[in-house]
Amino acid sequence: MSRIKTRFDALKAEGRGALIPYLQAFDPDLETSLELLKAMPAAGADLIEIGVPFSDPSADGLTIQAAALRGLKAGATLTRVLEMVKRFREGDDATPIVLMGYLNPIDSYGPARFCADAAAAGVDGLIVVDLPPEEADLLEDDARANGLDIVRLVAPNTSDARLRQILPEASGFIYYVSITGITGTRTATEDELAAAMPRIRAVSDLPVAVGFGIRTPSQAAVASRTGDAAVVASALITTLAATLDDGRATDQTVPRVLGQLRELAEAVRG
Amino acid sequence: MSTTATPQTSAPAQPNSLRTGPDARGRFGTFGGRFVAETLMPLVQDLEAAYDAAQADPMFHVKLSYYFRDYVGRPSPLWFAERLTETLGGAKVYLKREELNHTGSHKLNNVMGQILLAQRMGKTRIVAETGAGQHGVATATVCALFGMKCVIYMGATDVERQKPNVFRMHLLGAEVKPVTAGAGTLKDAMNEAMRDWVANVSDTYFLVGTVAGPHPYPRMVRDFQSVIGEETRTQMMEAEGRLPDYIVAAIGGGSNAMGIFHPFLDEPEVKLIGVEAAGLGLDSGKTAASISRGRSGVLHGNRTYLLQDENGQIEEAHSISAGLDYPGIGPEHSWLNDIGRAEYVGVTDSEALEAFQLLTRTEGIIPALECAHGLAHVMKLAPTLDKDKIIVLNVSGRGDKDIFTVAKHLGVDL
Repeated sequence: MSRIKTRFDALKAEGRGALIPYLQAFDPDLETSLELLKAMPAAGADLIEIGVPFSDPSADGLTIQAAALRGLKAGATLTRVLEMVKRFREGDDATPIVLMGYLNPIDSYGPARFCADAAAAGVDGLIVVDLPPEEADLLEDDARANGLDIVRLVAPNTSDARLRQILPEASGFIYYVSITGITGTRTATEDELAAAMPRIRAVSDLPVAVGFGIRTPSQAAVASRTGDAAVVASALITTLAATLDDGRATDQTVPRVLGQLRELAEAVRG
Repeated sequence: MSTTATPQTSAPAQPNSLRTGPDARGRFGTFGGRFVAETLMPLVQDLEAAYDAAQADPMFHVKLSYYFRDYVGRPSPLWFAERLTETLGGAKVYLKREELNHTGSHKLNNVMGQILLAQRMGKTRIVAETGAGQHGVATATVCALFGMKCVIYMGATDVERQKPNVFRMHLLGAEVKPVTAGAGTLKDAMNEAMRDWVANVSDTYFLVGTVAGPHPYPRMVRDFQSVIGEETRTQMMEAEGRLPDYIVAAIGGGSNAMGIFHPFLDEPEVKLIGVEAAGLGLDSGKTAASISRGRSGVLHGNRTYLLQDENGQIEEAHSISAGLDYPGIGPEHSWLNDIGRAEYVGVTDSEALEAFQLLTRTEGIIPALECAHGLAHVMKLAPTLDKDKIIVLNVSGRGDKDIFTVAKHLGVDL
């Protein structure tokens, strides 16, 4: 059974939703982001999303874009991000890792080789922002052959007809982009979330992770309760960025981000 | 949801026609498609359905023709450039005068079509990206004409080097938002416009300025620009009683080239040449020649030739012309290149500067730096051809906006 399914099943038995922190690989350097990654499960991460830096992240807000540029400057490549996952796996074989990014670096690497190498490195799922279901055949067979889940995204303006069309093929979990907009901007209200979930659940039994605009512990608690998981990205990166000195990590970088993660985790665990 | 894209060309679809693309998935061969975030999928699908409906509605065409004739100023003339021809000493050179359109470039053809579509769709707010500012000015113009709110994203670098166009947009009532991300050029403006669109899905129409972006934009913009090639065909038959031997056009995203090429795709005797900006030289690393120096990849919603590093990160393009320094190109051009139907060549900044001055001195026409690239290739090609050969150059825009850039390179302080 995949790590993603195992983890969600376990949380269901525990009766709570998941917290999924996001980390931009190599932000602001490999050592710092690997240290953060390794410490995240103990600080309350149930699954971890690793952002693969891309030069033109057009669905992300300025916070994540800046993190991606720091990562690229620090030498991030897809090969090195997979190396980083491999090093994480040496000490943790249970926490699911999902890579999130844009298609072009994967396309450049070669989809078949990428899926094989990602699975070998210990990656469990992929979220490719600019790969809608209509184009997913580029990656799907290779992903399936290597046991990788391709996480499908759903937005508030995705129609019921479209949900019926795109969700039956989904695996792993469903990522609900809770606002129309870019990352790190507006936050969906509890009512908006409560209204959206039944539409998705009518079509799919997969867990639903709620992302985009979740900043505070109470927002994370609501999202993980209404859906099955809360994804927190920009809020953690904002904290990280505030600790940097001239773009470099300081002794505050790792403790502050982990401190925030613990607060989020406490709220999610109620 | 509409998944069947009817081929939209002015000619009836023929089984062996090169004009019937894109296919139902929005692809030209392996290029094109719809690589967008889920939030944008419903929007591009709605747009495709609305465009299909508009294409099938005779009233839409009547309306578009009316605005083309009485507002844009079409047809634009096809001018026999006699002095230029004599100077080059070879093939006869004709100029398709798109710079005579209202607002001074071919861009108005496309925005006129799209604003009518936006109106049909009930949208009230327009966002657009611009490089040199020609598309921004054209968009701001039709927004003024139709009373729509207009937001233009423009790279901060371009805002600086294209001040006259920025001022024009302000006069027309548009809000110009400088983009500082990346190198602050067209690629970054495109990212910002997409972000705005995804955040304002209910009332906003994204008015793309070239034959790129997710399906149906490449097809739609090409269709609106095909008026250039259709007129050229008629005018050429009137002037010479035959089709031209060569059609030359500059390529950034490639909309003026696609517009003049498309009606001739099924005429193998007409050679089509797209001229990319080689910047400081094709091998200088400072270039915008995505076909000559790029490879297939995915950016801004479509698969096409892109300037990128070995890890798939997009590289900044360089050209003296703000309108050409885009690291990608319309997907239909990538396909025409791969099947060998069109040829793509590079012209450097300094060659373009020389051509800019030549056209000004011989014909009294100050071309945009974009089309000076096309002319620079004509200057190489025409002298090698017999006097009975015919070249048509698409003069896609006028050069008023570029006089500051040109002055700087010529060492003149304005």
